[in-house]
Amino acid sequence: MITLQHMMVISGLLFALSVAGIFINRRNVILLLMCIELLLLSANFNFVAFSRWLGNIDGQVFVFFILTVAAAESAIGLAILVVLFRKRRSIDVEDLATLKG
Amino acid sequence: MNPNLLLAIPLLPLAAAVISGLFGRLIGRTASATLTIAGVLGALVLSLKVFQQLAFEGVPSYNDTVYTWLVSDGIRMQVGFLVDHLTVLMMVVVTFVSLCVHVYTIGYMHDDAGYQRFFSYISLFTFAMLMLVMSNNFMQLFFGWEAVGVVSYLLIGFWYTRPSATFANMKAFLVNRVGDFGFVLGIAGIVYFTGSLDYADAFAAAPSMATKTLSVMPGAAWPALTVICICLFIGAMGKSAQMPLHVWLPDSMEGPTPISALIHAATMVTAGIFMVARMSPLFELSETALSTVLVIGATTALFMGFLGIVSNDIKRVVAYSTLSQLGYMTVALGVSGYSVAIFHLMTHAFFKALLFLAAGAVIIAMHHEQDMRKMGGLRHRMPVTYWTSLIGALALIGTPFFSGFYSKDALIEAVAESHRVGAGYAYFCVLGGVFITALYTFRMIFMTFHGEERLDHHAKDHFHDVGWDMKAPLVALAIPSLLIGFFTVQPVLFGGWFGDAIQVLEHNDVIAEIGHHFHGPVAFALHGPMGAPFWLALGGVVTAWLFFLKNPSWAAAWESRLSGLHTVLVNKYYFDWFNENVLARASRGLGSVLWKAGDQAVIDGTLVNGSAKLVGWLAGVTRRVQTGYLYSYALWMVVGLAVLLAWFLLSAH
Repeated sequence: MITLQHMMVISGLLFALSVAGIFINRRNVILLLMCIELLLLSANFNFVAFSRWLGNIDGQVFVFFILTVAAAESAIGLAILVVLFRKRRSIDVEDLATLKG
Repeated sequence: MNPNLLLAIPLLPLAAAVISGLFGRLIGRTASATLTIAGVLGALVLSLKVFQQLAFEGVPSYNDTVYTWLVSDGIRMQVGFLVDHLTVLMMVVVTFVSLCVHVYTIGYMHDDAGYQRFFSYISLFTFAMLMLVMSNNFMQLFFGWEAVGVVSYLLIGFWYTRPSATFANMKAFLVNRVGDFGFVLGIAGIVYFTGSLDYADAFAAAPSMATKTLSVMPGAAWPALTVICICLFIGAMGKSAQMPLHVWLPDSMEGPTPISALIHAATMVTAGIFMVARMSPLFELSETALSTVLVIGATTALFMGFLGIVSNDIKRVVAYSTLSQLGYMTVALGVSGYSVAIFHLMTHAFFKALLFLAAGAVIIAMHHEQDMRKMGGLRHRMPVTYWTSLIGALALIGTPFFSGFYSKDALIEAVAESHRVGAGYAYFCVLGGVFITALYTFRMIFMTFHGEERLDHHAKDHFHDVGWDMKAPLVALAIPSLLIGFFTVQPVLFGGWFGDAIQVLEHNDVIAEIGHHFHGPVAFALHGPMGAPFWLALGGVVTAWLFFLKNPSWAAAWESRLSGLHTVLVNKYYFDWFNENVLARASRGLGSVLWKAGDQAVIDGTLVNGSAKLVGWLAGVTRRVQTGYLYSYALWMVVGLAVLLAWFLLSAH
């Protein structure tokens, strides 16, 4: 029987995986965007799990909204990435450190 | 007495000083001179009026406040006047000598670019000195005290382009600071015990202060009144140039001669004498303080006289004579003879101002030559100056019937009558001083006015006697130098002139003691040749004649025979050497330690630059947090979130 706990564990693992991806990834901005997607997916997973557990459909409606927003965000992120590449000829994370103090 | 009248006396010279000082260029030379002379003349006339009221009309003395400046913690700081017989005597002397000097200045400073400035200064000085003597409280006394010091500083450095003048005025100012330090402590002591700055309160509290003690250091309880009186006297030592604070007075001769006459001979330097006489109710109760005064005065009187013998600068000879005579006055204070001190102050003011102005006339006639070795035989070239300075010299050495005789002889007799600790030493010093005084005074007269002319070509060709604008003050001062002692000795010394102004305890009253033998001024003068001082003075004159006129080679021979002593005297007992090489060097060393260790290392290095460096270092550490990498910002965000969550969860229980 798959219980709420199993769902939580998977959601937590997904979240941790994506956060680790953001931290550890030092190479590619595209990977960063993918990790953010994964982050949002883990949140969605939580919504769905709790929606099932509480017997309330609202959580699943939220997931649709989040998916839409995530799609829009990815589109904007990729657009920025293209502009960035044109400007600096690199999408390497190591090179994007102009805020360094 | 009308307070407005009293107020006008110091304010007239002040107004003249301000106008000619600030608008001197606008109103011109003649107007400045006229204005300041009118101001001082007005002060003199009003002083004489006050004198007449007090002396002849029997008006009681005035003691009141005219203006309250501020009240702080119950201590009232006021402008007030105490005008009694002591004050009015000083007022008349100050304004009269000041007027003579003002008139003399017209001729003396004729070619000087700073003509208006000079007049402004001397009028300002007159104002300050009047404020000092007329004061009825310590605040105003201190104001006048410092104000005359400032004007003295300005005038010694009047020719401020000369390095020696600026050195001398700095020296005068610094040495006087040492004295003023004691003076302020004395005033502070009085305020501490009485809570008031008024003379009257201090005098009323004097007997109670005499029984109290003061612990300056733990374990040392000193009699309060003695400490206060000695502190006040240290102030007087600075202003009245007593050893060892005398070093500034000979150097102050760098200033123009009129101010040497006015400030450094006749008036300002006597402020210390006046102050001690004014404080007689305090000093009278402290034997220790009076003995200190006595010994210091006696030492100054004798040892400064010696220096006059070896000096060749005509002004410096008169300056050393001033030091020695100030020592005489201090001795008189030390034996409780306050009235004879003031009497000698008065006669000395006239003849010493006269001698200075005469020296100034010689200097001007010789085109600013001050070396007596290049003078000689001037009596034919400038007879008025010769005769007036002869009167001054005879008065100074105490020739019977001259003013100096009455004051000096009475002073010496007062010392002889005294039984105070140190009186024996003082008697020896003042008697020896009589011989020395006659010696250096007539050495100066003989070298300047007698003998063959030793003028160089330049001086001979351009020699011109001074005009009547400079001779008139000489004559005006010669008359009181000759006569004032004769007419005033009876009332001032033995007629109870000072009344309550000077208080002497009965068993200390040496003046009353010599008063028993006094039978009028003529008898007093005729009695002169019976006493030692007369013969000592005569001996001094004869010695001077032998050594410096008859056989000048003797002087040279003795000089080489006593070369060790001569070197000590020429070097002024090495006081200057000591001050410059020990005291000044030590303070410069201390200053440089404080500068390098205190200022540069601690304040600049540690506090100012140190705090800046600390901020810089802190910024250098924290800027490493700003890596610029996205992932580290994200990491810190998550860490922050985790911390917030943890806090939220933990504090919920």
